[in-house]
This record gives sequence, structure tokens and C-alpha cells, in this order.
Amino acid sequence: MNIKILGTGCKKCQELEKNTRMAVEELQLDAQVEKVEDIREIMKYKVMSTPALVVDEKVVSTGKLLTVNELKSALA
Amino acid sequence: MFNELANWLVVDVMNMELSSRLGGALHFFIYDTTKILFLLAVMIFAISFIRSFFPPEKVKEWLEGRRKGAASVMAAFLGVLSPFCSCSTVPLFIGFVEAGIPLGITFTFLISSPIVNEISLVMLFSIFGWKVALIYVLAGMTLAIVAGSIIGRLKMEKHVESYVYEIAAGQERTQMPSGDSKTFAEKFKALFTREELKERTTFAARNVVETVQKIWLYLLIGIGIGAFIHGYAPQDLLVKYAGEDNFFAVPIATILGVPLYSNAVGSLPIVEALLNKGVGAGTALAFMMAITALSLPEMILLRKVIKPKLIAVFVGVVATGIILIGYGFNAIL
Repeated sequence: MNIKILGTGCKKCQELEKNTRMAVEELQLDAQVEKVEDIREIMKYKVMSTPALVVDEKVVSTGKLLTVNELKSALA
Repeated sequence: MFNELANWLVVDVMNMELSSRLGGALHFFIYDTTKILFLLAVMIFAISFIRSFFPPEKVKEWLEGRRKGAASVMAAFLGVLSPFCSCSTVPLFIGFVEAGIPLGITFTFLISSPIVNEISLVMLFSIFGWKVALIYVLAGMTLAIVAGSIIGRLKMEKHVESYVYEIAAGQERTQMPSGDSKTFAEKFKALFTREELKERTTFAARNVVETVQKIWLYLLIGIGIGAFIHGYAPQDLLVKYAGEDNFFAVPIATILGVPLYSNAVGSLPIVEALLNKGVGAGTALAFMMAITALSLPEMILLRKVIKPKLIAVFVGVVATGIILIGYGFNAIL
């Protein structure tokens, strides 16, 4: 599983990354979590509000800081 | 209700006269804190709920390929309904360019969105009442439309960083799946299923918590300073320097607003206290608009997509508009 957090470095983006890592750990998933900060890369996903969550190249959520629990149900 | 609570606490519980300096200041502090926090919670919930129906991706879709006049008014209106976090400024801007939305329309949206937000609305409503809050919304939208059209007229497209166009050109244009056979009524109904509503309510509730967490300290500091001014500041001095008769009050208020970004909550109680001391209402509104529309962090973000000259034009046009609005309100309110 490949998880990407899209965000240009704002506070919400950092928190989403932290929550995602926690969710992955709690679920004991075999997943790579990657932070994408380059705007060209971000725009490839046609995302207009950050932070966005991309799982296996599919945009799962945009403009939202998901909680660990929400992330767990989205990733499980 | 809040007035009675503050009266009761100050007069009955703390045994103070409302006409005394400390009593007056304390009353101001308790009254403002309870009233503003309550209104903020209610309004942020309501506005976040409405907002969940207007994500920026939708806004882009609605604005695409529309005629300039209609798109301009719509962009200002959607800016009110669809505030975005300033950290999304860059992807939003590129997304709009990519969709072929004219520069002027993009700026209309970028100006209108921060000016009319739930926090400034609550503050204006609780301090000046709904009429001034409504006038503020209309003035903000007008400013966004006019400033956007001017920027559009000036043909500043070459002052957008070239990589923005490269990204836009590199995107294969996505066709929205228009082939779905759902009628409008069906789509509309799908927005209000139980799960959808639950998600929107959670979103709204969380926004209340996040916002209050973010602003409560500024709010208390601002109300504290306001309470101090209310109880102790000399009236004649303030009227002399910031009263309606002072020609420079509005431009100075506008300039002071720029570095106070995101502190609308902290600044407005101060303005409220100043107003009671005779500072013009237009001056206060100009101050509020400058705080929200001309923010330093947003300019730094915009610099990533547009060149300094266009930023200067943006700031110049918006600041001029705000100052004119300030003078206008001072004259009529």
C-alpha cells in the first residue's frame, strides 16, 4: 500500500501526516507513507484544497484534517 | 441575556458599581467574552455546514466557461460560501488557471473569500448588529468584483509565474463524467442522505472546536485590551486622532490591518471599545477588511504563483478600495 499526503507545508498537512503514520502503525499495515510538497506533483492529482490524502494513487480526501480513527476506517 | 449575566456577576457577585472604572471594564470583558464565544460557536457550526456543500473543486467547475459578467458575480458570491484555508491558495490558483478561468475572476474569488468569513461576520454582528454585518458582506463582494475586473482589464497574465502555465498545459483536461443519468432532483437528494448529513455535521462541529482552539487566546487578549480602553482610555485624545473628522484615520487603520492577519478576533473588541469612544464606523470596517483581505502570509503564498508587479497591483487596488469604503461608511453611518 502506498499512501501520500499532499500539502505545501501548512500545519494541517503536518498533522495529517502524523495522524496517518499513527493509523498505519495501529493497524499494522504494510504501507509507505510519503509527504508530497512539490506543487507540480500535487497538481497532478487535480487537488485544489490541501491537505489531501492519496491511497494507491487515488485521492481519498481533500481539504480535511482526518482524525486517526477516520484514517483507520479509510485505510483498513 | 449576556448583559444580565455580566451585570449579575459584576454587581451582585463581585459587589462593584457599573459606573466605576474597574466595574465598567470587567462588565465589558465578561459581556463580550460570553456573547462572542456563544455566537462564534453557533455561527461557525452553521457556516461550516453550508460550506461543506461548496468545495473549491465544485466552484471551479461552476465557473468554467461562464461569461465574464456572470462569472464575476458568481465568483464573489461563491467566495463568500466557500472560504479556503490560506495554505490552499497556490493549488487553488493553479487549478483556476488550468480550468481557463480568467485572471480577473480568479482574483475576485481570492479577494471575496477571506473578507467574508465566519469570524469577521460574528464579530461585526455582535458588535454592530446585523445591518452593518450585511453592509460589510455586500461591500466586500463589491470590492472583490470591482478589484477583480480592474486586474482583469490590466492584462496582467504575463505576470503569472510561467511554471503555472506549464503545469496547466501539462494537465490533460479532465472531462467531468457528464454521462451519468441522474436527474438534478436525485443528485440533490443524495446530498441529504443520513450518512451525508452525519458527515457534514461532524465536519461542522469539528470546525467549531478547531477554530475556538485557535482563536480563544487572541480573543481574550483583545477583549482585555478593549476592556482597558473602555474603562481607562481618555476619550478626547482618541477622537482627536481616530475620530471621523481626522482625514487620515481610514488610511492608517487600513495599513495597521495588514500585519494583524488572522487576529480579527483579537482586534475587533479593541475596535468596539474605540468606537464607543467616538472612532468612526467606516474606519472600523476598513480596519476589519484590511485585516482579512490584505494579509502578509497570503501575499507570501501568492508570490509563489505571481510576480511582484502583480502582487503590487493586487495590494494597491484592494487597499484603495478598502480606503474608499471606509470613507463612504464614515460619511453615511
